[in-house]
Amino acid sequence: MPVPPGNSTDAAIVVRGLTKSYGKVAALRGVDLEVERGIVFGLLGPNGAGKTTLVRILTTLQPPSSGSASVAGFDVQRDAEALRRSIGLAGQFAAVDDQLTGLENLELVARFYHLPRVEARRRARSLIERFDLVEAGDRRAITYSGGMRRRLDLAAALVAEPEVLFLDEPTTGLDPRSRLDLWVAIEELARGGTTVLLTTQYLEEADRLASRIAVVDHGLVIAEGTASELKERVGGRVVAVQVVDAGQLDQTAAVLGRFGDNPHVDTAAHEVSVGVGQDAGVMAEVVRVLDNAGIAIADLAFRQPSLDDVFLSLTGRAAEDADFADVTAAIEGGTR
Amino acid sequence: MTVATHLEPTPAAPPRPPVEQPSTGTKLRWAVQDTLLMTRRNLLRYVRLPENLMGVTVQPIMFLVLFTYVLGGAIRVTTPDYVTYLLPGIIVQTMLFGAMITGFGLAQDQLSGLFERYRSLPMARSTVITGRLLADVIANIFVAALMIAVGVAMGFRFGGSVAESLAMPAVAILFALPISGFFAAVGLTVRSMEAMNTTFIVIFPLTFISSAFVPVESMPSWLQPIADANPFTIAVNAARALALGEDATGDLVRTGVWVTLLTVIAVPLAVRAYNRPR
Repeated sequence: MPVPPGNSTDAAIVVRGLTKSYGKVAALRGVDLEVERGIVFGLLGPNGAGKTTLVRILTTLQPPSSGSASVAGFDVQRDAEALRRSIGLAGQFAAVDDQLTGLENLELVARFYHLPRVEARRRARSLIERFDLVEAGDRRAITYSGGMRRRLDLAAALVAEPEVLFLDEPTTGLDPRSRLDLWVAIEELARGGTTVLLTTQYLEEADRLASRIAVVDHGLVIAEGTASELKERVGGRVVAVQVVDAGQLDQTAAVLGRFGDNPHVDTAAHEVSVGVGQDAGVMAEVVRVLDNAGIAIADLAFRQPSLDDVFLSLTGRAAEDADFADVTAAIEGGTR
Repeated sequence: MTVATHLEPTPAAPPRPPVEQPSTGTKLRWAVQDTLLMTRRNLLRYVRLPENLMGVTVQPIMFLVLFTYVLGGAIRVTTPDYVTYLLPGIIVQTMLFGAMITGFGLAQDQLSGLFERYRSLPMARSTVITGRLLADVIANIFVAALMIAVGVAMGFRFGGSVAESLAMPAVAILFALPISGFFAAVGLTVRSMEAMNTTFIVIFPLTFISSAFVPVESMPSWLQPIADANPFTIAVNAARALALGEDATGDLVRTGVWVTLLTVIAVPLAVRAYNRPR
């Protein structure tokens, strides 16, 4: 069994110094990562951070520019074919054949994993049941709703019972109901012991599903740990102040800057938030200072930091800001 | 240092089953099986998308009927009747239109994200192309047989041996194969289905400035050398000679040279388009 140098035996994914450039644009700038077997690992970052590029390299769709990576003990370049026998991939867009039925889609994918026909059929049927598609199993996928297509796509990624499953933004574009359904399905998988690498730009999603999270930004892993470890990084709790007058947001940010670093202004929500210590006593101080500055408070919260706060404190930006889609995003979007 | 609180250390990890490397024979069997599966899948799509099937069956038959009965009387040909002149030409044209489906099919799969899945599966990456080509050749055989049947109903008769008669559609299908390669390259490259439609602008004049519908001698003198040099004319002449039972040797050799030449250009283009990082 091929074990690349540096691979500890119970790691499902090992990434060392991985880079990827498109011309002059660096999508990955030296990623190191280790994912142990049997967990859901979340890759969290905004659009264009390099998450999809990393997944594409790990699933052998693209070669890296430099560095090395292995999945299930197989090197992405030297053992690409063996690697592909050990993985399942559900990409950003449901890769489903519209003109085939749900069952036919699953059976075909199973056959491409070289499972015997009878076994392929058996697994297709059982996955159709498991993903609640029984009534739709004999209908063409073109008649499916967005949520059904994603479930079928996920089922296709699972048909070979892969050791490692890659889910690239599995719930992007889904309605809340379908998203919840898919989350439940992923949680079941995790309980079954499949290693899952999940990319997402939804902090809530990583928080709920992943037992470990790597935060990716501009082609680098900028933080890694469990959700609670990452939240510790914010430095305790978060004070969030909603102001009555949006014109006072900047002034509020300046005032809150005294209590913690990098206060974040959410213009749409009329809210300024900042990481503070554990001492709830700070609240009285915040109220007093704001009052003195003549700032009218609409709402005030002293809460556990969310992963949003983590991303903010790590990068100084919100994870879901649309307006910092940089060149990397353009490149990554263009090559999908 | 990563600390796992939720997982037992090594003993709980399932022992990794030894991965047996498939033998060369197994790999070969898989490659054949994968191509056949992909072919079957593409043929299913033909059958389930009636508009595709219409494009490759009803439309050429309509051409055959309209040309024969509307224009045929006004076109002077050396063959006994116009349908005998037209059928080989229109079959070669139809096979070329069939080659365009290769491009359309690949463009569709590429744009829908299906390639992402196929490329992540443990099959030979060329399967996507070989399965496409094989399905399109099978579809072309079916369409050629259908057109010959309609032609015979309209008065077309083969003038040569059984072998020559079979060779007529075979030449048409063979000639279309490297053209499929070109369209594969285009289909694998385009960023939208609309872009695919422009390929029609190239193929349509190419098939008309030829001996397929009218004798080249009836064209204006400046157009004749272009029509004569058109490889499509050469393939049509070969198919027509075979249909009539005349000596086709020269045209067959020239068609063979063109097919070889076009293949040598088309295959690297298609392979490059397929391997292009996306």
